[in-house]
Amino acid sequence: MPDGPSALQLVLSGDPALFAIVRLSLYVSLSAVALAALIGIPLGAWIALTRFPGRQGVIVLLNALMGLPPVVVGLAVYLALSRSGPLGAFGLLFTPSAMIVAQTVLVTPIIAALTRQTIEDLWIEYRDELTAMNLGPLGRVMALIWDARFSLVTALLAGFGRAAAEVGAIIIVGGNIEGFTRTMTTAIALETSKGDLPLAVGLGLVLISIVIVVNALAWSMRRAGERLAG
Amino acid sequence: MSMLTRRLLIAATAALAFASHAVAQDKSIVVASTTSTQDSGLFGHILPMFKARTGIDVKVVAQGTGQALDTGRRGDADVVFVHAKPAEEKFVSEGFGIRRHPVMYNDFILIGPKSDPAGIKGSKDIVAALSAIKAKGADFISRGDKSGTHQAELNLWKIAGIDIAKDKGPWYKEIGQGMGAALNTASASNAYVLADRGTWLSFKNRGDLGIAVEGDKRLFNQYGVMLVNPEKHPSVKKDLGQHFIDWLVSSEGQKAIADYKINGEQLFYPNASDSGA
Repeated sequence: MPDGPSALQLVLSGDPALFAIVRLSLYVSLSAVALAALIGIPLGAWIALTRFPGRQGVIVLLNALMGLPPVVVGLAVYLALSRSGPLGAFGLLFTPSAMIVAQTVLVTPIIAALTRQTIEDLWIEYRDELTAMNLGPLGRVMALIWDARFSLVTALLAGFGRAAAEVGAIIIVGGNIEGFTRTMTTAIALETSKGDLPLAVGLGLVLISIVIVVNALAWSMRRAGERLAG
Repeated sequence: MSMLTRRLLIAATAALAFASHAVAQDKSIVVASTTSTQDSGLFGHILPMFKARTGIDVKVVAQGTGQALDTGRRGDADVVFVHAKPAEEKFVSEGFGIRRHPVMYNDFILIGPKSDPAGIKGSKDIVAALSAIKAKGADFISRGDKSGTHQAELNLWKIAGIDIAKDKGPWYKEIGQGMGAALNTASASNAYVLADRGTWLSFKNRGDLGIAVEGDKRLFNQYGVMLVNPEKHPSVKKDLGQHFIDWLVSSEGQKAIADYKINGEQLFYPNASDSGA
């Protein structure tokens, strides 16, 4: 049996394949979070401030979608992007773009639901001031999102956590292709299936470390921002 | 040369460079293959040689044979490289693949715990061994995922005269996962499991497992390769895909396959020249 290198050796030797995998993981998950924020924050804020029939049902649905099973999302995106599916002509299946699409679907409800709650709480608190300021509906949404910006960082981190941790969706739509769509989580799944459990655990520890670093960066940015804002 | 012409020329050159770069980047094919070819390390050995020779990137999506054929059927791969001859012939006869080429073979082996509760260790008769496992109710892990190995296993039960769908007891566990996962499960529960030799040789979490039965002709495991039919799916990269198939069955490709060894042991035996395989 050939003995492969351990995860620690890979990290210490600056293994280029490992760094490509880490880079792709961050690229896919951060892109998905950015796209999900573009959709989810306005959507959540809009639901928080608008009264319409069936609103309670929409809120329950949005909260429930936070628990979307990744494997189901992966399958749905797979069928949509497959050459035989409605979006097949774009040829996106088994590419990083397909992985970003799948993770965006997973993360958007999380960011939207948490934004909705945050903005609604703020709205109850500042309703009188905002009404007195005589802002239009769009102005209110902007003012509340700006006010909530530090709390919304937590919503983004929750979304990032979900994206960085999941394997079920991206392994289906990405195909775990070496050097092209292999990420940290799909690499861990692969090493587990090859029976190289120590390397799988080692890669898992590397992934957890990366997630901690991203969270620490977000936290210090938030602290710096709060200090600047006084 | 006027300023304008020069600028136009520069722009055109840049556009050309960009376009050729894009084409070069696109010189890749998607091959739907099985977990055994990837987990055994064969692709890691032969694909760099193919790339060096042709400049074509081969993107391997490793799935069970059933799923890999389905990926081809949907047009999501250019080439399918699997091991279940009847299923492959059906794929071609239904018009999803153009022509099946035999590439190589290895063999299946029955893996079991050292304690050998079914008393079959060292036997060369896979059918008698399976009958003994059932008679003793010894734990057996089945892939249960329509993969080539799973289909081979079902066929062996059939040869043994056992209707496994009806006769299975709590000793027979279908896990619905890949070869590695099945070996991990067998290793954790000291069960018997049918595996392809390539995956077994490169598998690291063996625990108490070892080879129980090998060398039966009925354990023969043939691999075949097919181009997905571009008439069904115009997106198929016909020329690049055919290039890969031609290389696999060429003397250079066949030698690359034969040269792949783990600890001096050859994993796959090329037999593209055997048209009946």
